[in-house]
Amino acid sequence: MTEPGRLPKWVDYGLLPALNLLAALLLAGGIIRLMGESPVAALKLLADGAGGSPESIGYTLYYATNFIFTGLAVAVAYHAGLFNIGAEGQAYIGGLGTGLVCLAVGHWPFWIVLPLAILAGAAGGAAWAFVPAWLQARRGSHIVITTIMFNFIASALMTYLLVNVLIRPGQQSPETREFAAASFMPVLPFFGAPLNLAFVVALGVAALVWIFIWRTRWGYAWRVAGANPSAAVYAGIHPDRVTLGAMLLSGALAGLLGLNELMGAQHRILLDFPGGAGFVGIAVALMGRNHPVGIVASAILFGALVQGGSQLSFDMPRVNRDMVVVIQGLVILFCGALEHMFRAPLVAWYRRRLEQSNPQSAIRNPQS
Amino acid sequence: MNSAPASSPALELRGIDKRFGTVHANRRISLTIARGSIHGLIGENGAGKSTLMNIVYGFYPADAGEILVGGRRVDVGSPQDAIAAGIDMVHQHFMLVENFTVLENIVLGAEGGWQLAAGLARARARLEALARDYGLEVPLDAVVSTLPVGLQQRVEILKALHRGAEILILDEPTAVLTPQEADQLFRLLGRLRDQGKTVILVTHKLREIMAVTDRVTVMRQGSIVAEVATRDTSPRDLAEKMVGRAVLLRVEKGPARPGEVVLAARGLEVRDRRQVARLKNVSFQLRAGEIVGIAGVAGNGQSELLAALAGTLAPSRGEIELAGHELVRERLDARARRALGLAHVPEDRLHDGMIGGFAAEDNAILGYHDRAAYNRGALQDRRAITADCERKMTGYDVRPPRPRLPLASFSGGNQQKLVLAREIEAAPRVLLVGQPTRGVDIGAIEFIHRRLVALRDAGCAVLVVSVELDEILGLADRILVMAGGEVIGEVPRAEATEERLGLMMAGVRGEGAA
Repeated sequence: MTEPGRLPKWVDYGLLPALNLLAALLLAGGIIRLMGESPVAALKLLADGAGGSPESIGYTLYYATNFIFTGLAVAVAYHAGLFNIGAEGQAYIGGLGTGLVCLAVGHWPFWIVLPLAILAGAAGGAAWAFVPAWLQARRGSHIVITTIMFNFIASALMTYLLVNVLIRPGQQSPETREFAAASFMPVLPFFGAPLNLAFVVALGVAALVWIFIWRTRWGYAWRVAGANPSAAVYAGIHPDRVTLGAMLLSGALAGLLGLNELMGAQHRILLDFPGGAGFVGIAVALMGRNHPVGIVASAILFGALVQGGSQLSFDMPRVNRDMVVVIQGLVILFCGALEHMFRAPLVAWYRRRLEQSNPQSAIRNPQS
Repeated sequence: MNSAPASSPALELRGIDKRFGTVHANRRISLTIARGSIHGLIGENGAGKSTLMNIVYGFYPADAGEILVGGRRVDVGSPQDAIAAGIDMVHQHFMLVENFTVLENIVLGAEGGWQLAAGLARARARLEALARDYGLEVPLDAVVSTLPVGLQQRVEILKALHRGAEILILDEPTAVLTPQEADQLFRLLGRLRDQGKTVILVTHKLREIMAVTDRVTVMRQGSIVAEVATRDTSPRDLAEKMVGRAVLLRVEKGPARPGEVVLAARGLEVRDRRQVARLKNVSFQLRAGEIVGIAGVAGNGQSELLAALAGTLAPSRGEIELAGHELVRERLDARARRALGLAHVPEDRLHDGMIGGFAAEDNAILGYHDRAAYNRGALQDRRAITADCERKMTGYDVRPPRPRLPLASFSGGNQQKLVLAREIEAAPRVLLVGQPTRGVDIGAIEFIHRRLVALRDAGCAVLVVSVELDEILGLADRILVMAGGEVIGEVPRAEATEERLGLMMAGVRGEGAA
């Protein structure tokens, strides 16, 4: 019976995530303290490692690019009422498409290779999302279960392909030969490698996703189906078609990760190149409230954690890599799972403030 | 209190106050209910009467105030506490285990020891005595799911008495009953009162208040606005107190001028997931310029009929003809049917007809979102959508007129007006309306009825499904009665009386009822 309680946007999108982040950092600081290191020094190292120089900012944004793609993938599915846990596998197979284009025609002019690589990446990711989507739409198999399982299948398939088929002859490491240099993503000036054009592509894609979801009739129909499937049927929207469409787009977005990771940085296909970005994308979408602007912001935050964290583990030997994962986990915990922990007190506080300034507003929402 | 000053009142509430978020549901309510009386509690949806009763029954804690039973202060923290204090409640939706027998249901939660058989035997003896005393005959060994709704309600009442209830709260008890079953219930309540029990009847139906209560309390916007002896008041007076202004209880309309047939259903049959027929061989015609009412107790196939016509449920047999198309054979979905001029205001507005979290303007295009007027190429024309919603809000007096507000923050009446605006402004050939005024306050009911009549006069065919018999009698030019998934008979408005429709709703064929 308690009504959700509406907060002004600056609280909802600014203060609340900031409080969650603060809580996560405080707890992480406590743990670092227990390990006998100074939390303040650790935070300084983390911040410095993530944004202290153009180079470190470049690394942060490079990691963020992966998270933007996977975060958008999760968000698009979410708006259609679907929980896509399979961005990891979709990114993996999408990257295969991108990589194959670069291997096959990488010596062509870049401006021809780029659209082909984008298409191939999107197609690979979409194809990998299609089977779970089809099973959900036609057979009712739950998409959370099937997309998780498809991550493992993708992993096994890629291992097989890299070990047996795509491996560069005469070498031990399961990876392909290097792409032709003409197909490398241009490095962005000022920041330097590995930050590349894929970051700009990611920002553009985020803008397109926003337009699609909030400014087209198809995005509208998807949101209706996601929010209230029976109202969708009433409106003549077919929820199973929405499931298929939304998962195809979701997979396609995840599939673009290869643009950054393979074309932009590794310049070859190698084992496990998504490196968990598909899962981080879930946290990024949650924290970014499934809105492209929020997703870009939280992707940069997670990029900073990855980059600053590796700096931290380098300079503070007692805080090892696993500790950095713990910090990330705390951020995910507080910003994702415990997202609403501070919400109720904030709503109460805000209402009190409102009533003090304007007693009439207490009755502005008549019941039912 | 003028009656029985010697004994303390059965129930006294002092300064009960309750808020839900920004909603002040109960404002310092003080109320005294005399022992051995039937007390009516009446008010519009959202007036706070259900909240108040749920506080008395221990579902919610009150923010302030106290509850006295028989003059002693009690702390009602849970329904168990309320039952221990002798307060029991019969809910609108029964709380029965369908595949248990009546006896098992009544004993449930009060088995008395670990030996079930002994408990059952004791209960049986007691229940037989209770049934004798109150004239509450119920087959104790029948499985609940096989009993008609009226009897299931008696089981609930018997259960309450068995648990020692002295004060019985009934929440909208007649919503699921035929008029005849309702009369039986009222006679039973009278007997309970004569035996010294206290009954609180929560309802929004003025007729029931007038028929059975001794005193009536009227609530509006969380406060008590009047408390009177029933014999000193009238339905009109009560309605005005509920709404706060003069209201029209009757629909004003001229005679219908039916034109050509615009929609024809032939032999429609709908089966549910278990292959049980919910709609059996339903055929009828709708003409331009008439309102056809479908009367029936809730759950007798009306919902399935509406859904089959609107295209949200596929019939297993039969055909629907509209504008030269065979909707079933051509597999036309809800969207295609809208394009042919079939508009639909669904029965369950919240569940089917709107998305509470979306802005009002996004709800105002639901189902019509593909139309050229709302789109410019691939993009939605947001300015046109907002302007369109503003126009509808002005034309249908939707308050507050703010298109960007989430629809969930509007009252039920205003939500319904917006849904109605959306469907009527599409200039349909046929309008299907389910429960046009469910959860809608009296002021808005008047408005909605006037709109439906105006639409009829403009040449639209209107099909109204409602469980409110008064509404059917007020609006319809022709009445179809449904029972058990069938159209059991058709009655022209002039020949329709509540008694005759009531008999048909109970399943007695048209000829027999005449």
